Amino acid sequence: MTPAPAVSLSGVRHRYGGTVALADASLDIAPGTSVAVIGPDGVGKSTLLGLISTAKKIQQGSVRVLGTDVSDRHGRAALQPRIAYMPQGLGRNLYADLSVAENLQFFGRLFGLDAAERRRRIADLLESTGLAPFPDRPAGKLSGGMKQKLGLCCALLHDPDLLILDEPTTGVDPLSRRQFWDLIARIRAGRPGMTVLVATSYMDEAERFDQVVMMNAGRLLAHDTPAAVKARTGAADLEEAFVALLPEDAKRGHQRLTVPPRPPEPAGAEPAIEAIGLTRRFGDFTAVSDISFRIGRGEIFGFLGSNGCGKTTTMKMLTGLLPASAGEARLFGRPVDATDLESRRRVGYMAQAFSLYGELTVRQNLDLHARLFDLPDADTRLAALVERFGLSPYIDAVADRLPLGVRQRLSLAVAILHEPELLILDEPTSGVDPVARDQFWRDLIALSREQGVTIFVSTHFMNEAARCDRVAFMNAGRVIAAGPPDELRRQQRADSLDDAFIGFMEQAEGAPPLNHPIPPLPPGERVGVRGMHSEDSRERAVAPPPHPNPLPGGERGYSTRRLLAYAWRETLELRRDPVRLTVALLGTVLLMLVFGYGITMDVENLTFAVLDHDSSPESRAYIEQFDGSRSFRTTPPAVDARDLALRLQRGEASLTIEIPEGFGRDLRRGRIPEVAVRIDGAMPFRAETIQGYVAGLHQRFIQDAALASGVTLPASPATLEMRYRYNQAFRSLDAMVPSTIGLLLVFIPAILAALGVVREKELGSITNLYVTPVTRLEFLLGKQLPYIGLAAFNLLLMVVMAVTLFGVPVKGSLTGLLLGGLVYVVATTALGLLISVFTATQTAAVFGTAIVTMLPATQFSGMLQPVATLEGGAWLFGTLFPTTHFLKISVGAFTKGLALPELLPFILATAAFIPVFLALGVAFLPKQER
Amino acid sequence: MRHFLRNSLTLARKEWISLLRDVFMLGFVVYSFTFSVYSQATGISHELRNAAIAIVDEDRSTLSQRLASSFHGPEFQTPATIGHAEVDPAMDSARYTFVLDIPPDFEADVLAGRSPVIQLLIDATAMMQAGIGAGTIQGIVDDEVGRFVRREADGSAAPVSLQVRVAYNEALDTKWFTGTMSVVSNITMLAVLLAGAALIREREHGTLEHLLVMPVRPAEIMAAKVLANGAVILGLTLVALYAVLRGLLSVPLAGSVPLFLAGTALYLFFATALGIFLGTVARSMPQLGLLFILIVLPMNMLSGGFTPLESEPEWLQLAMQLSPSTHFVAFAQAILFRGAGFDVVWPRFAATAGIGALFFAWSLARFRRHLASFR
Repeated sequence: MTPAPAVSLSGVRHRYGGTVALADASLDIAPGTSVAVIGPDGVGKSTLLGLISTAKKIQQGSVRVLGTDVSDRHGRAALQPRIAYMPQGLGRNLYADLSVAENLQFFGRLFGLDAAERRRRIADLLESTGLAPFPDRPAGKLSGGMKQKLGLCCALLHDPDLLILDEPTTGVDPLSRRQFWDLIARIRAGRPGMTVLVATSYMDEAERFDQVVMMNAGRLLAHDTPAAVKARTGAADLEEAFVALLPEDAKRGHQRLTVPPRPPEPAGAEPAIEAIGLTRRFGDFTAVSDISFRIGRGEIFGFLGSNGCGKTTTMKMLTGLLPASAGEARLFGRPVDATDLESRRRVGYMAQAFSLYGELTVRQNLDLHARLFDLPDADTRLAALVERFGLSPYIDAVADRLPLGVRQRLSLAVAILHEPELLILDEPTSGVDPVARDQFWRDLIALSREQGVTIFVSTHFMNEAARCDRVAFMNAGRVIAAGPPDELRRQQRADSLDDAFIGFMEQAEGAPPLNHPIPPLPPGERVGVRGMHSEDSRERAVAPPPHPNPLPGGERGYSTRRLLAYAWRETLELRRDPVRLTVALLGTVLLMLVFGYGITMDVENLTFAVLDHDSSPESRAYIEQFDGSRSFRTTPPAVDARDLALRLQRGEASLTIEIPEGFGRDLRRGRIPEVAVRIDGAMPFRAETIQGYVAGLHQRFIQDAALASGVTLPASPATLEMRYRYNQAFRSLDAMVPSTIGLLLVFIPAILAALGVVREKELGSITNLYVTPVTRLEFLLGKQLPYIGLAAFNLLLMVVMAVTLFGVPVKGSLTGLLLGGLVYVVATTALGLLISVFTATQTAAVFGTAIVTMLPATQFSGMLQPVATLEGGAWLFGTLFPTTHFLKISVGAFTKGLALPELLPFILATAAFIPVFLALGVAFLPKQER
Repeated sequence: MRHFLRNSLTLARKEWISLLRDVFMLGFVVYSFTFSVYSQATGISHELRNAAIAIVDEDRSTLSQRLASSFHGPEFQTPATIGHAEVDPAMDSARYTFVLDIPPDFEADVLAGRSPVIQLLIDATAMMQAGIGAGTIQGIVDDEVGRFVRREADGSAAPVSLQVRVAYNEALDTKWFTGTMSVVSNITMLAVLLAGAALIREREHGTLEHLLVMPVRPAEIMAAKVLANGAVILGLTLVALYAVLRGLLSVPLAGSVPLFLAGTALYLFFATALGIFLGTVARSMPQLGLLFILIVLPMNMLSGGFTPLESEPEWLQLAMQLSPSTHFVAFAQAILFRGAGFDVVWPRFAATAGIGALFFAWSLARFRRHLASFR
């Protein structure tokens, strides 16, 4: 009887918008087998693995993993501790700012391992993967190969039954690649029951697997053992088999590529490129170390190496994009000079990623470059290129929406637009399918052989390297070997260029030969990875701990341990991000200063200008009133009416006073002279206040004058006695500072909390939420905790500033203020989390949160205008926003002198927001990718 | 020079196409110059409107009732009548901004000429309303009591009459001010944001590097960004001035709009250069956002467009003179509110252009270094 399959798919379809990623996939994988899914980029490999790993939500069809239907939420929760998933991209599910050990600790906590268990398993895994010497190195600073090993450690930490690896070796150097697969093989030997499912775009790697699944355009082309697939198609290797299995229209008349021999170079010709001791350092890191080579005209020169080995840096130095730290680069006998615009016309460059304008159409891109190169007969040249590269069907399509292969052709067309003598191409074919890749190479070969263009190309595909006239192997910033491909192979007596590369790498590093890639394990009891230790064991098995699952803390439902794991990790990250940390710690302080000093409703230091036509003692006494007031400040008297008007217009005076001729005389004779005051109404609030001041000063003058002449003015029938409560001096600061605290404690904590979640979405580590047992509430609360702490610190800081710097005392209950503040920041950070659930990018999170918090906080929460005066929607919005209620606490405790019992209702109202925001956040946060 | 212009224009055209295809950013820019201006102009009012008032009536007389009924919209809500005990809790929770306390025997005392005292309690934490509201209430009480005792308020007794005229905005309509100032502040914010985002977008997509392998100079790249984004802002400013301010909000534009636009163009050299400067400092868009909050927001708030410059501490006023945004706000107010001509505003223009040119040069130098240090 055959055992139940470990993975079983039937009729699975998946689409993104209008694009079909999977069209009717059905597949059974037996337990304990190793399966490689192969195919170029964008054929649906990642979608397939994402569905199996429970990271993606199923749209159509059924997926059963280890006997569990993954469309069931509870089933997934029980399943997740038994599977491990490593998403595509170097270290994509790792945290770059965390060290090797911290990353492992985090995953251990997420799967509920206790401290002792974690220590033991982590030590074993580090030892067996060769990472043990670097426990404190940040994951972001590891090489590609080491990152992937760390990712594997994190995946194996909880001892899964199904291991899913999505392109784990893309961009990794050949030696590390081989070591990685050896490691997998040993793990499988130790745990024969484990099923391993791997996607890769290096088709040759699939040879080592029990079974291979070939995919193209969302369909499964074949599923069989590698030998059977090759036998069926009569192909020598899997790549050929793949091309043979493609439907006819996808082959586009594909045929084997041959490279015509290169015509001999004329003797004594200047080389196209000459590098002499070229070196580049970034800080104390040497990216390229003392490399030298010569490339003749018309030659195709290949540059091979892993990600981060210095290929791109070398190319940038040759183009002049990057100055060399030492050594010299010469193009056509002339030193590379970044400021020499003319030399740029002789070189065409294609950067690693697509670097044309994605938002421009094909025609606009070509046209832009033709103009910048100032080509004389641009139209004919463009027409010829469009024809030659088959771009006419896409001519008005936006570049971003083109298939990858077409985009590469467009890039090449742009690079040779100005007919350069030298082409520098940085990994031009990564991710492109084999058929399109061959087409691309046909174009390159034609350029070299027919037009004599020198081509300097980097790649990580060995079969492409084999087509070059000469290749250079690069590793860790050095060229370790260079020469014609066949000769390099002969030198190492290797069957393939891959093996030759590894041979040279080992030579260069003085490393032990491949059968000792990993230091032996120390003896002793081991759980997680156990080796049968012996001095020269090649067969060391990596064994699991005694099964069965479930793990001790792989508990379902709520777990404080997982919550704290997220909180701990978030804190570490925040501590290592200077910009976010600065904003978190000092943002409120800075803005508090600005708001405290900047937004003031006090109207003072008003400038006024006088035109005194009278110059009598009485007129001077009248002016004296203004001069003596604290609110006004005099400017030199005006000479005439025009001058007076101009003063107002220039803004030099906020009001002007014109006293008529005979003012004093009229006053003495009991006639009523008229003083004309003009106020600058540009700022209505200020003008209105000035009106009040002027009326008051005028009244006082009249009273003084009456008193002086012994007249008693009739008493008014009633007097209005005004009592300014809470703020007798009517000082703007006393009202604004408490409000500002409320504003800033929603603004900055909400933005930071929102960024915290959206960052994970953008960087890809959100996958850990999808595929590990952590629940949404644990995730959100864990993320929130550090920001609550920071915001509480900011609250303290601002209260201290208010009291000491601005002189606004806490007249009421300090306990009430701090308690209310704490409750408030829990609510505002929860609001930030809620917003983050709806935003996809960090940019949207920053600006979205800023708008969503600033508008209601300034307009509807009683900061400038009492909520009691708002109507309709504005009132409702204000009442349903936490700031409204905190402002009552803050203003109440600072200025109104309220005691704790009086503040309590407001504190409770603020607290009511917390469960609502969190519940909404949990409800709308997807636990699976769509 | 001809070459410089041609390359800059070619690149500027590309900037426009890119912006047109960036629906999110385009939407945000258009929103800022239309809807946002309208909502800011009609949203926050500096006038007394709908103020919450309560009356403690211990007199219960005809006069006290007449007083109560004299508070009505649009300035006041219908006054609530409350008891003594309710005053403190109601004011503590900001339910009422004003409480008028009419003492017992108020009417009798008025008629007897004993000049009784009414108390007005004001919540002085409601800064904007408290000051204006107190004056208005004073006037209403004086009028009402005066009318009751059939004596006109005694203006004729004053020995000097005062003629107060508010210039430029006679009705003291606040939306003239808030509307226009929101256009002015959005010019700053959007110019910085657009230019900064344009740089970061190119860097993130690797296209900046691509430009550098072509016969293009850094100065041309920067000029194109300044030109393209500045022109977009200038065009939208024109829309905001005519369609939103004059059209929708019927705000009169006192001075010469071409003069204002000329000044804005000068200012945009500074604002876009600042955007590019921040773009060279920030590593990503979110970082640009955070830097924006720390630098552009304060600069904007302290330039005199929100609250009067003279209310700031002396040292801050002096420091703000170094920022072109302060001069921009000053000449915007002079031209748009007071109808000032070039003879009046030229010193502000000169300061904007001078400081702007210095900053532009510095920014360009930094941009060059930034490109050179490219990885």
